[in-house]
Amino acid sequence: MLASASANIAIALGASGAGIGILVVIRSRSKRPREFAPATVEPTKEAVDVIVPEVVVAEVTVAPSVREKAGRTRSLFASAFQSIRGRSIDAATWDELEETLLLADIGIGLATRLLDPLRDAVKDGSLRSPDGVIAALRDGMTAQLATSDRSLHLDAVGSPNVWLFVGVNGVGKTTTIGKIATAQAAQGTTVLMAAGDTFRAAAAEQLQVWAERSGAAFVRGAEGGDPASVIFDGIQSAAAKGIQLVLGDTAGRLQNKSNLMEELKKVRRVADKAEGVVNEVLLVIDATTGQNGLAQAREFAAATDVTGIVLTKLDGSAKGGIVFAIETELGIPVKLVGLGETAVDLIAFDPSEFVSALFE
Amino acid sequence: MFDSLGDRLQGIAKRLRGKGRLTEADVDEVLAEIRTALLEADVNVGVVRDVVARIREQTIGITVSEALDPSQQIIKIVNAELVAMLGGETLKIAYSSVPPTVILMAGLQGSGKTTSAAKLARWFKSQGRQPLLVGADLQRPAAVDQLRTLGAQVGVPVFSEPGDPVNTARRGLEEARRLGKDILIVDTAGRLAIDEEMMQQVADISRAIIPKYTFLVVDAMTGQDAVSVAKTFDERLAIDGVILSKLDGDARGGAALSVKTVIGKPIAFAATGERIDAFEQFHPDRMAGRILGMGDVLTLIEQAEKVFEADKAEETAARMLEGQFTLEDFLEQLQQLKKMGPLSGIMGMLPGMPKEMKDAQIGDDQVKLTEAIIRSMTPHERQSPEIINGSRRTRIATGSGTQVADVNKLIKQFTEMQKMMKKMGGLAKPQGKQGKGKNKVSTRQAMRELGDMFGGAGGPGGFPGMPGAGGPGQFPPFSK
Repeated sequence: MLASASANIAIALGASGAGIGILVVIRSRSKRPREFAPATVEPTKEAVDVIVPEVVVAEVTVAPSVREKAGRTRSLFASAFQSIRGRSIDAATWDELEETLLLADIGIGLATRLLDPLRDAVKDGSLRSPDGVIAALRDGMTAQLATSDRSLHLDAVGSPNVWLFVGVNGVGKTTTIGKIATAQAAQGTTVLMAAGDTFRAAAAEQLQVWAERSGAAFVRGAEGGDPASVIFDGIQSAAAKGIQLVLGDTAGRLQNKSNLMEELKKVRRVADKAEGVVNEVLLVIDATTGQNGLAQAREFAAATDVTGIVLTKLDGSAKGGIVFAIETELGIPVKLVGLGETAVDLIAFDPSEFVSALFE
Repeated sequence: MFDSLGDRLQGIAKRLRGKGRLTEADVDEVLAEIRTALLEADVNVGVVRDVVARIREQTIGITVSEALDPSQQIIKIVNAELVAMLGGETLKIAYSSVPPTVILMAGLQGSGKTTSAAKLARWFKSQGRQPLLVGADLQRPAAVDQLRTLGAQVGVPVFSEPGDPVNTARRGLEEARRLGKDILIVDTAGRLAIDEEMMQQVADISRAIIPKYTFLVVDAMTGQDAVSVAKTFDERLAIDGVILSKLDGDARGGAALSVKTVIGKPIAFAATGERIDAFEQFHPDRMAGRILGMGDVLTLIEQAEKVFEADKAEETAARMLEGQFTLEDFLEQLQQLKKMGPLSGIMGMLPGMPKEMKDAQIGDDQVKLTEAIIRSMTPHERQSPEIINGSRRTRIATGSGTQVADVNKLIKQFTEMQKMMKKMGGLAKPQGKQGKGKNKVSTRQAMRELGDMFGGAGGPGGFPGMPGAGGPGQFPPFSK
């Protein structure tokens, strides 16, 4: 099959296929140094939704090696469905569907909840064909992601907006901040970064590089210093300078370290006291995370009132299925998806595209 | 968060207890629970399928023994199977005959390569080697800065230069030879297994430096993708072993089992904390218990053995169980305990520990406070706390910089602890012929009481006396 042709068709078909198209383009972009014209970073009201699908198609056709990669990431569900489609529905069908869901890190609990109603439907005859089962599964999965509001809250006037970034070690908090700053700056928002990760060696330096790239103001403290005061200083400084958005980085921490979670609570409390409004606390989760992701979400939400999830590294082979359980069980919406290393590789989360990307 | 397999099987076990032999239906039910537990631990689906099939073979038709209940019997089988799959032995590092022994670190972004590289350097240093670190991650902003800072912390020099990572690695090797270093650890940028260009780059680095060991750093929280990542890296780099990072989290770490099974390479090291010395060689037998959610008994025992001077511990434990445990002993134990690492880590390793107790966060600060209070007492007071009257309390509080209430709390808790120890001493004494199972339950109850005491009072002290009793061979539930 010609992947480029199918990508074209997918875009033409509309939203459901666009997810794939976007996946494709982002990879081809990451191949090049940062040289994208501002034209592609069209300011829109939809927060960081900066990818324009039309450009995608053009790039897909010029970068054939990208097709292979996209093919590999997609093959998981696709091959399972292919084998299911060719025969009648039997025990093996259910095993195969379940394994496919599990391989995407959806978790045994949710997989069972998704498949049981379909089994019943097949038993009572309301579902007859494998295609019908697959379609119903797809609907079921999309329904798990039914949150309506996935926007990032940014008040146009008044005191600085504060977005805090929390999560375990190595998920990509600092990189996410860099990308958001770049996207926001491109839309004309003034941004300040506060290097609240005072623990990891050179974390502030890493953030500073992003600040320079995106033209954001930058506030840091001493290594090993109090993170809450760095965030506080950042907010105060933004208020004094009339900067609209403060992006607060925090050190990665494992959710079972109570002292570190207490520290994070303090960061939140102190941020609330400064002259800004904390209207997003974004939990960054790595797409490769397994079932522990649910524990992460639960604990971080308890400590800081998480308002949304950023799912990073979805351009790898991991599927990020744990976000289904997080959204269903904890009601925390996924807001952004990270698809690569460059600044434009962070896009708004679209549930139907996400599910489609799994199915196609 | 998840129920442990032990908890899950309790209910089934009750029903099976009366039976002489497990039927196929019984086994199915049990296996379903085992499957769920393994999947919740993020063991790869394919690996789970194999494990469950193998366990089924061993389980059907087993005679229910008198000594163990069926669930214990099955856990034993599952545990043995997992241990076998994880590999029996820890990796023995062989050094190159012509130094330096070159080590290449590879992995996904954020898996912990840079930190692990520094920790590994520290480990080699503790083995009497002279490592050089090379920062060949020229991709992530400030990655080399991070390595330099960590290198300074562990006292290991770091080499890096901007430009091409392959060239940097090659120059690092030259530098190690020039400086006469016998270990070279090359940190590389994180990369996705599907990123052909980046995978080619790390393969080129490998070809340039010809590593003796290539370690894949895998995050203990990784889900099902661990297998495909490990496979791809192994195909390109011929991995020699895995470093399991962030094992101090609460993830069950099924990825370890998956990776070991699929690429057949051992887990060489595990990072067990943020501290630079929290890094040790991997013990497969202990990981099995963790994946099943059964507490890391062996690690605790070994740590206790290492730290506690055996004689002293036995002496204290004996006195403790006779109820002659003084504040002096308690202070001694606190100090021993501190050497074992953060308290929360130790608590997590205890099996059968009531949930409330695991959750009741015992801070290391509280230990400090308790120490301060006891240190402000006279030797006589430490021997006989009952003589501590009002004016003594005030003096102790002033001396330790605490409040009288803190002193009161400590004394109250200590008295209760003494009582508890007496109770436990009764259990631990060689009433030997009594079934092991029964003993276990009673000890559990005692621990729960202890937990209540601790959770309720929330004050300092309380628990820390325990591991003394848990010294080798002293305390029934700890000896396996």
